Amino acid sequence: MGEFFRVLTDNQQVFLDGFVNTIKLFLIAAVGSLVLGTLLGAMRVSPVPALRAFGATYVNLIRNTPLTLVFAFLVFAVPKLDVNIDYFPSACIALTVYTSAFVCEVVRSGVNTVATGQAEAARALGMTFGQVLTLIVLPQALRAMVPPMMSVFIAMLKNTTIAAGFSVLEAGAIPAYMAERGEPQMVVLSWIVIGFLILIIPLVLLQRFLERKWAVAR
Amino acid sequence: MSSVLYDLPGPRARLRNRILGVVSIAAIGALVAFIIYKFNETGQFEARKWEQFQYASVQRELLTGLWATLKAAGLATVLALLFGAVFASARLSDRWILRTPATFVVELFRAIPLLILIFFGYYVPLQYGWSIDKLWALVIGLTLYNGSVLAEIFRAGINAVPYGQTEGAYAIGLRKNQVLRLILLPQAFRSMLPAIVSQLVVLLKDTALGFIITYPELLFVGKQIGGRLPFGLPYVPTYLIVAAIYISICGLLSILAWWLQKRMGRMPKTAGRVVPTQEVDAGRTAV
Amino acid sequence: MRYQRVAAVAMMASLALSAAACGKEGNPTPSGGGNASGGAAQSDNCTSSGVTFTPKTDAAVAGSPTFEKIKTAGKVTIGVKFDQPNLGYKDAQGKRCGFDVEIAQYVASKLGVDPAKIEYKEIASANRETAIKGGEIDYYVGTYSITDKRKNDVSFAGPYFVAGQDLLVRKDESSITGKDSLKGKKVCSATGSTPIQRVRDEGLTEASNIVEFKTYSECVSQLLDKKVDAVTTDDAILKGYAAQNPDELKVVGQPFSTEKYGIGLPKDDKAFRDYVNDQIEAAFTDGTWQKIYDGTLGKSGSSATPPQLERY
Repeated sequence: MGEFFRVLTDNQQVFLDGFVNTIKLFLIAAVGSLVLGTLLGAMRVSPVPALRAFGATYVNLIRNTPLTLVFAFLVFAVPKLDVNIDYFPSACIALTVYTSAFVCEVVRSGVNTVATGQAEAARALGMTFGQVLTLIVLPQALRAMVPPMMSVFIAMLKNTTIAAGFSVLEAGAIPAYMAERGEPQMVVLSWIVIGFLILIIPLVLLQRFLERKWAVAR
Repeated sequence: MSSVLYDLPGPRARLRNRILGVVSIAAIGALVAFIIYKFNETGQFEARKWEQFQYASVQRELLTGLWATLKAAGLATVLALLFGAVFASARLSDRWILRTPATFVVELFRAIPLLILIFFGYYVPLQYGWSIDKLWALVIGLTLYNGSVLAEIFRAGINAVPYGQTEGAYAIGLRKNQVLRLILLPQAFRSMLPAIVSQLVVLLKDTALGFIITYPELLFVGKQIGGRLPFGLPYVPTYLIVAAIYISICGLLSILAWWLQKRMGRMPKTAGRVVPTQEVDAGRTAV
Repeated sequence: MRYQRVAAVAMMASLALSAAACGKEGNPTPSGGGNASGGAAQSDNCTSSGVTFTPKTDAAVAGSPTFEKIKTAGKVTIGVKFDQPNLGYKDAQGKRCGFDVEIAQYVASKLGVDPAKIEYKEIASANRETAIKGGEIDYYVGTYSITDKRKNDVSFAGPYFVAGQDLLVRKDESSITGKDSLKGKKVCSATGSTPIQRVRDEGLTEASNIVEFKTYSECVSQLLDKKVDAVTTDDAILKGYAAQNPDELKVVGQPFSTEKYGIGLPKDDKAFRDYVNDQIEAAFTDGTWQKIYDGTLGKSGSSATPPQLERY
């Protein structure tokens, strides 16, 4: 047991740096994918066929591509196109590009959960597009969106580990670094699992709470 | 088309939509043109970078990689379905002694990043001196994670069958085992099928993580081909080809899932509501 | 939803097309010229040094579990590198060649295994000890430096070659002249390798400027893309890359370490280690080693003589 804690205390800086980078990566990519995903979601529910097709193509291409390939493409192929992005930003972009496809689907299906009759009734009352959107559609759609959106972000938090293969020192890169120092892998991996549980459990509990609360309300 | 957000467009809306359409087509076209220009400018279309792919030996290399990917995915699929079935039935059990540990395992493995599970499969047996193939390290990781997700899908599917069905079955004197086997499973199976297929797409995509432990799957082979200096480091063409392969296979599976969902949703025999797939509930089943 | 059907048809068509495509047989050879980067195309094809390895028929190593394992299996599993020109390389045809590969084949033949029966495994630098300890491979030949720390986990036969850590830079680089000019420069090497640990421990560059990938070829790609300024590892490896692309890459030529390459063996199999050492020594004296060297590593323009064996 002493060995178990020694691994953490001897290398606390490595663990700390790793998890701080994981959180940074997560927050940047979360904001990025929320913006891009919502934009794509808006395209998919827009009345313009070209935009709908573009959104659908994006989602279907990205969703069927492994995230590792998106990373590899950004780190090895994109520089060949004379576009030079550093490793940490590359990881943020890869996660954003990938996750926004899922965010887009959440937005689209969230809007689609609202019954058409609701909006029709609102329009019959003479509400403008803005009023229909902000007073009728969004309040209902957001409730349906939040739990799956949180699932998407929980999945993304776990996905940040893939950056380890592409020269970003985050939590997933700790095992390789520790192997260099000859620390027992079982212990190192256990600490990483504990770190992730600390990050993920509150998110999962919050998500389930919201899901239960709003499932009743509807 | 009338949707939540828009009524059927009148003449003014139609005009506006048409203008927006033209503008967006122009914007998308410009984006595509810019990418092609960039490709051309940096010599991505030059013959030297693409020539390799005409040769049978390179095609064989890609096929070997694809085979390694499919092998890992196939093994993990079978094992994950088994794992899911066992743990779902344990979670549905009446005995807490089965239910509690199963719940713990399923929740735990769903919270651990898949890459870390794969590292467990790879580093830990080696630390204790057992020989383990990279294939199995990958398969173990994929099985634990996707098996746990599948367990939840199975459980949701069974729970979605209306309770009256169970009551009715007990009333005509069926035993617990029979209720599950004859009444619940056949109905639940239909409602779970789309979600299962989508999860298998996720599993197939995740085999690409084998790249990080250098399991020679498709992406790893792509890196080998792309890293050949004498061909001018053809990473761009190689990754485009690799992406096309992944997208074709996963795309076909996704379409199957979507088709199944549509079909199952229509069927009167599907008593329960269809278990949501990625389409609706992205994160639950996504990677 | 019609979109999905169209997509399905398109995908099936593309799958069918790719299945129907027939490949040309033979060696893929890059056609030179017309490329923006200006590198003269070098051949990618593997050529061996021409030394033939005939399996020893009466091979026997008393009291060696490793040898018993190889003998019962009738084949040998060797860990190698696949992306180091002239050392351990796999060409587009799947043929392997290089100094390390031929040393591996030589040892296999002395163990009574036909070189055709070798199963090669590509093991990344960071996973070498675990792969040997776990029995995933029988032995490892791939620019594996003998260090005391590694001796805790594995045993070494050799050294069969001595190299030194050096720097690979772009041809037009003038500010990097040796290990002391790396401050503020991005330096790339393989995760878990000795060179990257030296850069870190000696503080040759800032921690934030250290870039790590699984393999050196990834680093070389990043160097050519100007994402890193130098790739550091043993000169033997770097010379191979420079020889493949002489118009864009050069080796600095100021080695700052001594790397003794050994054959990584399972720990505590002394009988096996002694036997492999005997075979290496035989190759030193009968000229086999020199022939292998001249036909592989020597092609990048430097000469070498066999090193001194270190038995323990």
